[in-house]
Amino acid sequence: MPELVYVSPSGERRSVQAEPGSSVMQTAIDNLVPGIVGECGGEMSCATCHVYVAEEWFDRLPPISADEEGMLEVTAAEPSKFSRLSCQLRCVQETDGLVVHIPEEQ
Amino acid sequence: MVGMPETIVIVGTGQAGVDTAAALRLAGHRGNIVMIGEEAAPPYSRPPLTKAYLKGEANAADLLLRSEEFYPREKIDLRTGVTAVAIDPSTHEVLLSDGERLRYDRLVLATGGRARRLDRPELAHARNVHTLRNLEDASALRARLVPGARAVILGGGYVGLEIAAVARQAAVEVTVLEAAPRVLARVTSPTVSEFFQRIHGEEGVRIVTNARVDAFVTDASGDVAAVRPAGVAPLIEADFLLVGIGITPRVELAEAAGLHVDDGIVVDELMRTSADDIFAVGDVARHPDPRHGGLRRLESVPSASAQARCVAAALTGGPRVPDAPPWFWSDQYDLKLQAAGLAVGHDRVISRGDPRVGRQLTVLYLRGDVVVAADVVNRPADFAAAKRLIAAGHAVDSRRLADPDVPLKSFIASRVATTA
Repeated sequence: MPELVYVSPSGERRSVQAEPGSSVMQTAIDNLVPGIVGECGGEMSCATCHVYVAEEWFDRLPPISADEEGMLEVTAAEPSKFSRLSCQLRCVQETDGLVVHIPEEQ
Repeated sequence: MVGMPETIVIVGTGQAGVDTAAALRLAGHRGNIVMIGEEAAPPYSRPPLTKAYLKGEANAADLLLRSEEFYPREKIDLRTGVTAVAIDPSTHEVLLSDGERLRYDRLVLATGGRARRLDRPELAHARNVHTLRNLEDASALRARLVPGARAVILGGGYVGLEIAAVARQAAVEVTVLEAAPRVLARVTSPTVSEFFQRIHGEEGVRIVTNARVDAFVTDASGDVAAVRPAGVAPLIEADFLLVGIGITPRVELAEAAGLHVDDGIVVDELMRTSADDIFAVGDVARHPDPRHGGLRRLESVPSASAQARCVAAALTGGPRVPDAPPWFWSDQYDLKLQAAGLAVGHDRVISRGDPRVGRQLTVLYLRGDVVVAADVVNRPADFAAAKRLIAAGHAVDSRRLADPDVPLKSFIASRVATTA
């Protein structure tokens, strides 16, 4: 199962084994990782699953859709060039070891 | 009791129930959590039932609120396929349909609602009259969506219109009968209603407003064959009927236990019912509205989640959850409607852009110069900005609000600048 590392705003790292095909948002929800809310359940309606992808991983992820880009403009925490909505990121073999940073607020 | 392990029983395994269990564990509750769900299926998300699931783009496994491993890992005793039949507040017990008497220290009622049905004797034996509330309903309806089928949808609310959109995309002929003078009348302004009526018309849906049904014509087997509207309008032939006229909160358990019930289970700002140690959350809970006063029942996933966090904080002695304006969403065709706040008690409506053309719209509701609610279609940036404006509740320069070229976000920024 692909490993996934969540880094809290205070720098605490939490590693979980993700269900293959599950999203980074859903994996956080299933593992009670605080700071990722996912109010709309992954329908790109809320921008409450915002994460900053670790720099070395960013270019290895699928591209950002127009809808996601729109929602990334309006996250509660200031977006960076490494911002993604975690509901749009699937945990697969290629993402084994992926590191995402959780913002201060959603 | 705070700090002592205790047994919390949650009746209902929808969004509010499951989020309550999760929020309790996140808040540090170490005692037992028992969840009672009458459906056999593991807890699932309802919004996709009228969207991706109905379209066939998602299956039941995609709808799970949490993975099946979540419950044992978090030591949540999830019992599905069993019903709570009575509560005894004096002995702190819930009686289950399998005969067990379950003792609780605290009880959370998340019983939700049931789809309102038509009380018409001629429909007593009809097998082609559908409502949509649960997975079984959605599966049954999905089987009806074949090209050329003729659907009559009673009710032009979110559910009726979402189903109309999916049905059209499946090449079903759709007629929507709405009793009010416009669709979405209960939840939005005439401007937004007009926008959605236009879009549905362009997509080939026939919408009849101010509709009254004189009779349902049934065939020899008792199934609905046609709907006879009031007046001189011709018969509308139907292969099936979908009744989307809202939900009724499921208050029977609470009522029988002597709790205060009035269109929902009445709770205070911490989601406490009138009985000691019993709380209510989600669609069934009627709670004080901090923004508009009075009591209100919200049928919204984000509100259910917020209430779950609120009740978990109350039960674990945690800090109070800050109030946030409620919000809702609806997907129809390529349109994503996002609504924040409640369009009540406003004295002005401002449209950014023209609702008579295109597939984007932003409508803001103001009291004085304060934005109190917003309906936004396909403009996520406007939605998120509006949500923050509503939460902040401060006055804005409303003369510039109508200009779609001025980003809504700038109204938040200008506030920061003036206070800095």
